[in-house]
Amino acid sequence: MAGLLKRALRLRTALRCLCDYNMLSRSTATLSPVDFHSPFLTCSSEQVLASTRKLHAGADGSKVSPSAAPERLPFCRVTEEDLAFFRKILAGRTIVDPDLVEPSNVDWLKSVRGSSEVLLRPQTTEEVSQILSYCNSRNLAVNPQGGNTGLVGGSVPVYDEIILSTSLMNKILNFDSISGVLTCQAGCVLENLSFYLEERDYIMPLDLGAKGSCQIGGNVATNAGGLRLLRYGSLHGTVLGLELVLADGQVLDCLSTLRKDNTGYDLKQLFIGSEGTLGVITAVSILCPRKPKSVNVVFLGCETFEQLLKTFQLCKGMLGEILSAFEFLDSECMRLLNTHLKLPNPISDCPFYIVIETSGSDPTHDAQKLHNFLEEAMTSSLVSDGTVATEEAKIKALWSLRERVTEALTHDGFTYKYDISLPVEQIYQLVTDMRKHLGNRAKSVVGYGHVGDGNLHLNVTSPSKDPALLAAIEPFVYEWTASCRGSISAEHGLGLKKRNYIYYSKQSQAVALMGNIKAMLDPKGILNPYKTLPDNLKQ
Amino acid sequence: MSGRVLVGVKRVIDYAVKIRVKPDNTGVVTDGVKHSMNPFCEIAVEEAVKLKEKKLIKEVVAVSCGPQQSQETIRTALAMGADRGIHVDVSGKDYENLGPLQVSKILAALAKQEDAQLILLGKQAIDDDCNQTGQMTAALLDWPQGTFASEVSLEGDKINLVREIDGGLEHIKINTPAVITADLRLNTPRYATLPNIMKAKKKKIVTVKPADLGVDVTSRLEVLKVEEPPQRQAGMKVETVEDLVVKLKEAGRV
Repeated sequence: MAGLLKRALRLRTALRCLCDYNMLSRSTATLSPVDFHSPFLTCSSEQVLASTRKLHAGADGSKVSPSAAPERLPFCRVTEEDLAFFRKILAGRTIVDPDLVEPSNVDWLKSVRGSSEVLLRPQTTEEVSQILSYCNSRNLAVNPQGGNTGLVGGSVPVYDEIILSTSLMNKILNFDSISGVLTCQAGCVLENLSFYLEERDYIMPLDLGAKGSCQIGGNVATNAGGLRLLRYGSLHGTVLGLELVLADGQVLDCLSTLRKDNTGYDLKQLFIGSEGTLGVITAVSILCPRKPKSVNVVFLGCETFEQLLKTFQLCKGMLGEILSAFEFLDSECMRLLNTHLKLPNPISDCPFYIVIETSGSDPTHDAQKLHNFLEEAMTSSLVSDGTVATEEAKIKALWSLRERVTEALTHDGFTYKYDISLPVEQIYQLVTDMRKHLGNRAKSVVGYGHVGDGNLHLNVTSPSKDPALLAAIEPFVYEWTASCRGSISAEHGLGLKKRNYIYYSKQSQAVALMGNIKAMLDPKGILNPYKTLPDNLKQ
Repeated sequence: MSGRVLVGVKRVIDYAVKIRVKPDNTGVVTDGVKHSMNPFCEIAVEEAVKLKEKKLIKEVVAVSCGPQQSQETIRTALAMGADRGIHVDVSGKDYENLGPLQVSKILAALAKQEDAQLILLGKQAIDDDCNQTGQMTAALLDWPQGTFASEVSLEGDKINLVREIDGGLEHIKINTPAVITADLRLNTPRYATLPNIMKAKKKKIVTVKPADLGVDVTSRLEVLKVEEPPQRQAGMKVETVEDLVVKLKEAGRV
């Protein structure tokens, strides 16, 4: 890929010719931050190409994308004996009917499809343990699946991996109303947990648009971020314990409910965000915050991104401890919401929109703070228009303008999704540059996301899957991100689609260590193969 | 004609909230529960503000009967474009027993006091679903009424109205002064924008008592019991037709 090479060269000054991965992992030379991109881009891209199927081939069949699936690894295939075993331990919950397996073979975006023929639905940790122990001994690949709402192709099989669904593991095991610790099985749907907690005056520490379908096990496996991260932090902080089943069927019980426990290495941190490649999460204990007595949502319009950033600073200063979300969307997003979902703009048309949420324990106190902030924002002309909601129904309506952008995009055409972490000041520059770069090759280019966390969701649509457009977007977007030392996947994870781009944001030594850990915990590589770690780390 | 419109707005439990019955079965839990303006009242306010924007009327006065918190509901109406508010202070036991008959007496008295040309109300409240206040108010004032309005247009001193009825749409023409109750499709209420929310803080809300208007709010109704509807029983899945027949026989259905 001459093009890739040339662009890799532009990223740094000296080219180191390291083609042998083994040499890399044993190398003791410290790689300076500036150097690390291109050597690994060079060798990884070549190795990737050598083993990549031509899924994204253009008309001349020459261009292949690093996000395409690799060749099938030599796992065994499912036999009648295997099915008999599964049926013995999961009577009635071993699904082989193609119509019933099909939805689990395709991701939410309808962008990747596997060809699994077996869907297993255990109800207990013991069943999961038996399944994995058997699959490990038979060298059968397994794809753990929760709500199947992931956006990077990590939740569905690539080939004929057995789908291990946690959907029936949906019991809430315990809730301690004094400490606020909730213990539940991994298959509990996030929204159901929210309803359960709200009745007890608590809320989940995370919230995302997919809450009606996503399961807590999947959320933890992908270290989901969401709309409340600004206030309550990430799952690395709020998850207190996990129960997992390892690749060989061993049950690892780290399901502590203690807030503080410094006894040895904190193993659960390794599994949070491991995307089902190191173990299958079967139960979670999570620390939940109290339900706020007063929630306000403000929808504001700004003329420029600089004003938006200044509004953010003003917001942090004047709303401070009651701020619980700060999201943005651009005018293109609003256009899509109007067109495809018939959601009206509650205020006048502006280039940028902000959704601010405050959560506090005293309505009067919060209302006063909010009023002061809004007055200041209006009089200093940082904000050109806006509206406020205190009622539940209106709050839901305003939030849906941010939460349903993803849905609106699916109606606009084939979507290319990018989830980038950048220094906050540069977040929108990437969108502007991408628009200029693509010209009218793309149908829509939109930017929205958790601006408060420095996380941009950049989406491009085209009427149908367009390999030429994809080639124009990637690796432009990744190189732009790497040049600001950003993350090429802020919260969506790597899954299938982004596994080979890991080197844009992580040093090769780190990736090599990840490979070692994977090899240690899953020597046969049966857990969610082809995902998360790059192809050049094949064992 | 004074060009003044009275809009009644009721503070009710927000429609998105899960309702819970009080353990003593005397009513529903309202303490600490999110309240908001009755959705049909919002539509009424929106219609009044639209008429004012079209310069067909001169002033919109928002009225609410209830405790101190009703003033928040009036403020919302002010933020949507009403000019001033009247809070009829009814609290405690009187408020628990406040129903359409007393409210319509209050509205009738206010209409006379304010020399209103038009009274705009929601067709019903989502907490009691009475659908009586508009009709009673019109009767007390001996004014024509246009209920379940889905279209309103002023023509001189008459009003053209389209009503949503069981058979379809009914077109009527009524004289002013009149009482109109708003139905769902009359309009889509606007979001109160920040500049208007700021302005609303400065608009006046006057508090009066029912006695000041010569209205007695004693209720002639007594609530005996409030209970939840029976729980829906879970369904049962069976594997074969034979199982189904067995289960139906057990339940005495065949």
